[in-house]
Amino acid sequence: MTIAAIGGREVHVDAEGFLTEPAEWDEGLAQVLAGNVGIELTDAHLGAIRFARADHAANGETPTLRRMATVGGVSTKEMFALFPKKPAKKMAYVAGLPKPVGCV
Amino acid sequence: MKRLVILGAGTAGTMIANSLAPRLPADWEIEMVDPSWTHLYQPGLLFVPFGRQDPGALVKPIEPLLPESVTLTRAGVDRVDPATRQVFVDDGSVLTYDQLVIATGTTPRPEMTPGLTDRGWRRTVHEFYTLAGASALRDALQDFVSGRLVVHIAELPIKCPVAPLEFAFLAADHFTRRGTRDSIEIVFVTPLSGAFTKPIAADKLGGMLEERQIALETDFMVESVDDGALVSFDERRIPFDLLVTVPVNMGAAFVGRSGLGDELDHVRVDPHTFLAHDHDDVFAIGDAAALPTSKAGSTAHFSVEVFVENFLEHIAGRPMPRAFDGHANCFVESGGGKALLIDFNYDTEPLPGVYPVPGLGPLQLLRETRLNHWAKLAFETVYWRMLLPGRPLPVPNAMSMAGKVRPSREEMTV
Repeated sequence: MTIAAIGGREVHVDAEGFLTEPAEWDEGLAQVLAGNVGIELTDAHLGAIRFARADHAANGETPTLRRMATVGGVSTKEMFALFPKKPAKKMAYVAGLPKPVGCV
Repeated sequence: MKRLVILGAGTAGTMIANSLAPRLPADWEIEMVDPSWTHLYQPGLLFVPFGRQDPGALVKPIEPLLPESVTLTRAGVDRVDPATRQVFVDDGSVLTYDQLVIATGTTPRPEMTPGLTDRGWRRTVHEFYTLAGASALRDALQDFVSGRLVVHIAELPIKCPVAPLEFAFLAADHFTRRGTRDSIEIVFVTPLSGAFTKPIAADKLGGMLEERQIALETDFMVESVDDGALVSFDERRIPFDLLVTVPVNMGAAFVGRSGLGDELDHVRVDPHTFLAHDHDDVFAIGDAAALPTSKAGSTAHFSVEVFVENFLEHIAGRPMPRAFDGHANCFVESGGGKALLIDFNYDTEPLPGVYPVPGLGPLQLLRETRLNHWAKLAFETVYWRMLLPGRPLPVPNAMSMAGKVRPSREEMTV
């Protein structure tokens, strides 16, 4: 675990740059994180991110794409449009949540 | 009398019944619910498509595998009401319990992917997680001499997560033996970003795909199967002549109806004690539980040992003394009469090194050897004679670091 300076402040991140302290995140930081992965944040992005953060706070896990669709109401198609190529990972990164658990 | 009801007489349920029956206090009885007549040795399914396993030899009648003192209701479950401690069985009867164990596993659901079960189903589109599926695929492989074979995982988690890789390795070996390998293209398609989840194993297994000239297509989330092609949510198309897919896996539907499940109907439990969230009389063991480790028989086995010790304390009103560490190990068949072994838990990814087994000697981890292959085959006898009856196996329950080596970054491309 290391400390990185992102958007002019210091935050805790893992080896791949995912925030490890969800409390260090805010929507201003999300703008910077989104820029790092080539995404310009819209209200649709923020809607998905807010659900993911609330769900993580309640259950302790970053939601899967299936959970985003069935519980969060953001379809997988939409997730791919918002966070191209690797939606689960990119959303977690921008939302300041741990990388989704790769199911072993 | 107090009653323990076990839903499901598969690997986990059978081990629990056999381990607990001789050890429960005299005022406890066990009742089991399962609609099947036979118990299936699931690890054997992998060999059926290649004509190396007689499917009929993989099943045995259920009743002789269970303790005589157990009552078995042969039916499915409609719903559990945790508030009144009742199980509504689909033959109309109602069972009340003092403690409940859900061991109803996870099942492939091909109908969850649009187009998968259309015209091509069991003709050009196959799965090998059922006896009918593995047998139909055996016939299809017999006739398949040229074209593109696509091996595919729809979504995670799946039970036996190494099985699709094993299938791809064995298929390459099978076609080579038949002299058709040069006219068959093999593509491995996965929703993961690599051949496997954790970096060291993903690296090793990815290298093995490359050595066998099996193409790897990653980050592929299937949306539908359409006109002989897999179509992803980001509009990639992968045409196939023969598709071998691992469909979406889901827990039993009653789990969802009873409000105990996640979005895939796997039971939400404490990963160290298997106690369902918000209940102190409902447990889920084996593939039925939503645990962040492999859905595999080995996980069920290590889980049951922890669960049985804990359960006896729990019903005596004492705290549960043991915590499950997520331990799993899996043999990975790689073709040519060899296999790898991986051993890991919640915190430690599969690492190279050796795995000590008394009487057999050390097995090589993450390395292809003949001994691993023979150990995998010998496991069938161990399963029926030792594992299901609840006899202790000579391997440690908790994962051990003994023999494991953590490679430095430079060594990672073996």
